[in-house]
Amino acid sequence: MYIRGIYVPQFVALLFWVVVWEIVGQFELLMLFPPFSEVVVAIGDVVTSPSFVDAAALTAYCYLAGLFLAVVVGISLGLLMGLVPAADKLLNMWINIFLSAPLSALVPVIMILFGMGQPTVIVTVFMFAVWIIALDARAGVQHVSTSLKEMALSFGASRTQRLKIILLSALPEILAGIRLGVIRGVKGVVIGQLLVSIIGVGALFSLYSQNFLMGHFWALILILFAFALSLAELIGRLEQRVEYYAGARH
Amino acid sequence: MNAIAQAEPSATVAGSAPATPIVRTRGIHKVYGGTVHALKDINLEFKRGELTSLLGPSGCGKTTLLKIIAGLLEPTEGEVEVNGKPVTGPGPERAFVFQDFALMPWATVLRNAAFGLELQGVNRSEREERARHYVNEVGLSGFEDKYPHELSGGMRQRVGLARALAVDADVLLMDEPFSAVDEQTRRKFQEDLIHLRERENKTFILVTHSIEEAVYLSDRIVLLSPRPGRVGQVIDPEIERKGDPDAIRRAPEYLDLTDEIWRGLREYVE
Amino acid sequence: MTKTDTVPSAIAGGVTGGAMTRFAQMPVFWRLLSLALFFGAWELAGQSNFNAAFPTFTETFAAFVEMVLDGSMGAAYLRTIEPLIVGLAFSLGVGVAAGVAMGLRRDVEFLTLPIFITMQAAPMAALIPLITFVYGVGLASKVLAVVFLAMPVITINSYKAVRNVPGSLLDMTRSFMGSRWQQITRIILPAASPMMFAGIRLGVAEGFSGVVLAELLITPTGIGDLITYHRSVANFGHMYATIVSIVAFAVIAVSLLYHLETKLFRPEKRGQ
Repeated sequence: MYIRGIYVPQFVALLFWVVVWEIVGQFELLMLFPPFSEVVVAIGDVVTSPSFVDAAALTAYCYLAGLFLAVVVGISLGLLMGLVPAADKLLNMWINIFLSAPLSALVPVIMILFGMGQPTVIVTVFMFAVWIIALDARAGVQHVSTSLKEMALSFGASRTQRLKIILLSALPEILAGIRLGVIRGVKGVVIGQLLVSIIGVGALFSLYSQNFLMGHFWALILILFAFALSLAELIGRLEQRVEYYAGARH
Repeated sequence: MNAIAQAEPSATVAGSAPATPIVRTRGIHKVYGGTVHALKDINLEFKRGELTSLLGPSGCGKTTLLKIIAGLLEPTEGEVEVNGKPVTGPGPERAFVFQDFALMPWATVLRNAAFGLELQGVNRSEREERARHYVNEVGLSGFEDKYPHELSGGMRQRVGLARALAVDADVLLMDEPFSAVDEQTRRKFQEDLIHLRERENKTFILVTHSIEEAVYLSDRIVLLSPRPGRVGQVIDPEIERKGDPDAIRRAPEYLDLTDEIWRGLREYVE
Repeated sequence: MTKTDTVPSAIAGGVTGGAMTRFAQMPVFWRLLSLALFFGAWELAGQSNFNAAFPTFTETFAAFVEMVLDGSMGAAYLRTIEPLIVGLAFSLGVGVAAGVAMGLRRDVEFLTLPIFITMQAAPMAALIPLITFVYGVGLASKVLAVVFLAMPVITINSYKAVRNVPGSLLDMTRSFMGSRWQQITRIILPAASPMMFAGIRLGVAEGFSGVVLAELLITPTGIGDLITYHRSVANFGHMYATIVSIVAFAVIAVSLLYHLETKLFRPEKRGQ
């Protein structure tokens, strides 16, 4: 952005909000926000505590496991729906229902079925991420150009070769789905642990709120946000590298 | 024979029409982002009542020039005059026909055709009456209440043309109006445009990359060369357009000139 | 979804099977079949007793009817719907306004876009315990929970919708000398509305999530209370019935919104 011809980089906007936050905190304008400096100090405190290291490990493990399941199941579901019309007609409705459903309401069910531990969190991550991955993979498969499929047929490609062509040309959509799944998965891993509340960051949140540690609470939230944003950024970069050949298609 | 003149500042070619220039460009330069020189020193005159084609390969800046004349883009240097007054932006004496039609998908044919008048604040019954007249004029009567997605590409462009005619501008600026239309529709559309010119006393400036189209329709052809876009040649085809429009495509003048222009443009393509 | 089956029914199903084949090509048929398969699988899984906490579909349905009749379901929904509606109304007003403002003005975009991008990508649910911590267990906390989850997606979609308006439509209004105000009201807002409404639908879905989370985490009231209570007394049929009902309610609300949008704002789609 240019102000009177002088280039102002984007991080200035973030700096502005940090300053606003600090002011709001210092003068106690909003109870929700302790001074930003206090939060920054608390970050050091939180990161070095052993319970945080445990929580981080658990969160990472549950997140990756759930996401891995979601990617595998989601892409398979999407392929199935994209290639078999009957499967599409049967499943499409449910995928759309789960996409717009308040999934948090399902966590209590997951809790009683899978117990108050890691499996529940893994399943929650899975439930949050899988539907959008399936839907985008389906769209990708359905948008593979007919002439490309006919080309493969006319040059005598085998079944597996044709499937490979379909998968590769659906890759941009599949990756877009995974990116959204990655973001939704982070929400899943947080909501799962919040509701289970006796493990991982859920336990930390309860600890901090029981002891009125506002700074620590915000520190943990900022760490989670940073984690989510860097993941989204990372997968966005990956996506751009795939887009160079997708550009020829659109 | 065709009079061919090398480009020179404000080239006036001795022709049959005693027309006066209505649009004039003076020393137009356009540079994008400080490095891409899209147009270089464009000096042209467009005569009242004539149809001028800006012809050239893609990347020669012909659409940029048209948008500068329309007042949609600002030239880096130079000036456009319409009726002797310098252009600072879009004006009521100019109307634009867009390559991608630029129709509002949520509005009917009638409302789309009346949109220019709607923006001018003309009251509903009057603007609809005028739009209805021009919808009829471009051959779309009976389609007034349809939506754009229910029409073919050619019909959509007719709506765009009706919208430009309805505001009663002196100059119609057409940006590759037939490029998104199939060949048959395109030919019909070109014939209709010749008929339309007999009824409406307007000045047309048309951007095209089709040599045949330019020769078929134009009183004057401006050939632009690419990178940077410069005026290469100005050609006044002397082709009789009264009578059967089909006969033009068989006329020797038409065929010779098409050939000649192609020989001139060939070097840019290779 | 919009693909049409071109197999002639006479070939596909014979003369006598024609009616059945035609029915099989209707989306309603597939929806019913899909529902039947889902509930059938649920019923079988429940009867297999693989988990004591997994009631059959019929048990769940009976529990649902019972709760509707004894009024506990209705009372719970009345409690839940209040923060939902207040929160959604606020998110809608502020979210759309902020999104449109960011789309129209570079300076607003520069300053506020990073905030909303962060809010959309981040797990905002983590803020819910904090809200309770500060604002207690009342209505305000629940409304805030709804706003935190619903507003980012509404704002970001409105912003993107305004930015994605085709350039030639904007050029068109300029070339016919429309004012900036005319350009905004007659071109930008109508052209942006489909994507805006898509964002609003996502926001409503998120809002449901927010209110349920708040009721599960903050204070057992309304639907959240119904879920927590029946779980604590091992009334699993009732618990499932409540959860299915809120999911169904959210899905129906979102699709009603879509139909309303088509009816009110999409003249070009009417009568198709």
